[in-house]
Amino acid sequence: MSLSLLLQNIANGLSLGSLYALIAIGYTMVYGILRLINFAHGEIFMLAPYFLYFGFLIFHLPWWVSVVIAIALTSLTGMLTEKIAYRPLRDAPRVSVLISAIGVSFFLQNLAIVVFSGIPKSVHRPKFFTKIFQLGDIRIQSTLFASIGISIIVLSLLIYIVYRTKTGLAMRAISTDIETSRLMGIEVNKAISVTFIIGSALAAVGGILWSQRFPQLFPTMGMIPGLKAFIAAVVGGIGSIPGAMFGGFILGMSEILFVTFFPGSSGYRDAFVFLILILILLFKPDGILGKKVQEKV
Amino acid sequence: MKKTLVLLFLALLITSIGGIALAQEVVKFGIAEPMTGAMAVGGELCWRGYELAHEQKPTVLGKKIELVLVDNKSDKVEAANAVSRLIERDKVVAVFVSYGSGMAIPGGEVANKAGIPMISGTATNPLVTQGKDYVFRACFIDPFQGQVMARFTYENLGIKKAALLVDIAQDYSVGLANFYKKTFEELGGEIVSDTKYNTGDQDFSAQLSQIIASGAEALFFPGYFGDVALIAIQGRELGYTGQYLGGDTLHNPVLIELAKEAAEGLIASTFFAEDQPATPESEKYAKLFREKYNLAPDAVSILCYDSYNLMIDAIERAGSFDPVAIRDALAATKDFQGAGGSITIDENGDAIKPAVLVKVVNGEYKYETTVYP
Repeated sequence: MSLSLLLQNIANGLSLGSLYALIAIGYTMVYGILRLINFAHGEIFMLAPYFLYFGFLIFHLPWWVSVVIAIALTSLTGMLTEKIAYRPLRDAPRVSVLISAIGVSFFLQNLAIVVFSGIPKSVHRPKFFTKIFQLGDIRIQSTLFASIGISIIVLSLLIYIVYRTKTGLAMRAISTDIETSRLMGIEVNKAISVTFIIGSALAAVGGILWSQRFPQLFPTMGMIPGLKAFIAAVVGGIGSIPGAMFGGFILGMSEILFVTFFPGSSGYRDAFVFLILILILLFKPDGILGKKVQEKV
Repeated sequence: MKKTLVLLFLALLITSIGGIALAQEVVKFGIAEPMTGAMAVGGELCWRGYELAHEQKPTVLGKKIELVLVDNKSDKVEAANAVSRLIERDKVVAVFVSYGSGMAIPGGEVANKAGIPMISGTATNPLVTQGKDYVFRACFIDPFQGQVMARFTYENLGIKKAALLVDIAQDYSVGLANFYKKTFEELGGEIVSDTKYNTGDQDFSAQLSQIIASGAEALFFPGYFGDVALIAIQGRELGYTGQYLGGDTLHNPVLIELAKEAAEGLIASTFFAEDQPATPESEKYAKLFREKYNLAPDAVSILCYDSYNLMIDAIERAGSFDPVAIRDALAATKDFQGAGGSITIDENGDAIKPAVLVKVVNGEYKYETTVYP
């Protein structure tokens, strides 16, 4: 194998990993605060580019305005799913909420098939996103820089919100103990709504960037990225925000490098990813950057 | 008294015959297509073809045809269940499972066992009809298609090094790629890269980088058009300049809409070209299709349209709804004038028909050449 092929694939891996990382942050955030694996994250992720598509193509809004509206609508959907499907189950066993999340995921996916139809839709790409940067033989899509840039902004914003604001304090309190937080006068429901709004906005940003990199919309487009982001979050240590980013990059890179070294077995790349997940769970159940969680007795 | 009794009897007889005739006025055609799941698009395209054909010919042998559509959810197991349901619960006289060889194979297995004639419009994998007396198809099969494309690559384009990018989750893709590879290598060509993916994958950068590094002058990717659109775009972004080639699934206007300029120059083997109508039926079909759906006709809808008409033709020739008689009539089909070209059914139940090659030029499919079997 030539060096340039290896370098090109490292760039491909970074590009894919940066997108996984962005989606994984939203996943891990909701988990970190509520201990809920929001399986509908991938579907929320899918809705954003569809909203953008309709805003831009049907209502002829300027692209940037459509992006803002799409993110807002997606956040709203995220908040509503929490209100409708998770809040009534707050005191139910955790597995009920998990199943409810899977239900929401299927519901949104099938709703999208009915409403948007199964035929894939094309994506409008502003000039910036179609640009290719060339370094010698290596070609890099501009979405790589966009997603790294956005991830850094998002990460700093999140750290600010979680560690420097009242709502952030409430979120951290809830993550330790919901009941006690409620007794202390924290508005639990409000803080959880905010968590879902932020988580869904992250999914929306991820979804829009993803659709710029892989320009095609279809109702099941969020399933695999959602699953991969979940794996990334687990690999990095679920609940840990830097861990999710790290996990995303590891996942993207290992997928691409697997194909690089075993092109004949490229069909097994997802199997390989799941193998990594199993191995990490076997040897380091809390993930690479995860904290050891003490079981409360 | 006697007279009135006779009259009464006659009246009873007439109403009862009328009642039977009324009850039998409807005959059901069962359709199992992927309306949801990864191949939902294909199901939708097929449905357009059936719907249009049904509008044109809503009756057969004086009976109204009712289309019963069951979703096979793009799933092999569901496909078998869907066909069982159609046969056992809805008592259909004919079955159609077109989109996706993966679903047509188990679907055909069930129909064959039950002895109900089935036509697959678009499933090109040889296994669909193999060893199944009651299963027929309206399209050519992959060994022919693969051979046509390999010959075209080697002889007409003069390309000696080709790469494959195969969807391992689809019997269609794997089969077609194998036949392509076999003929291409027999001719003296070399497959320099043989990479794979799974239906619904979105990132192909690693496979494409490998293909580019291998120096392949052509890339043969016989997958579903949604995946292929993404491959085409990413290939050009990564700097691939070679020829894109594929099978009948790539003759679909949605592909061009999705891949935009990345689709330019792509050549696909298919069943018809709008700008080179094979039969008077093709012209009529193109006009009807554009009127009804306001879209350019695609290869999938046209074959589903043809398979419906093929079944009607066979029932009319059989003169009854007896499954054995329909089966025999289908097997004896000769020079049936379909919209997607004339169809003669061979001893395996496969259609013998020429392959048409189309090329994307300025965002439209243009006729390239016809290859006869």
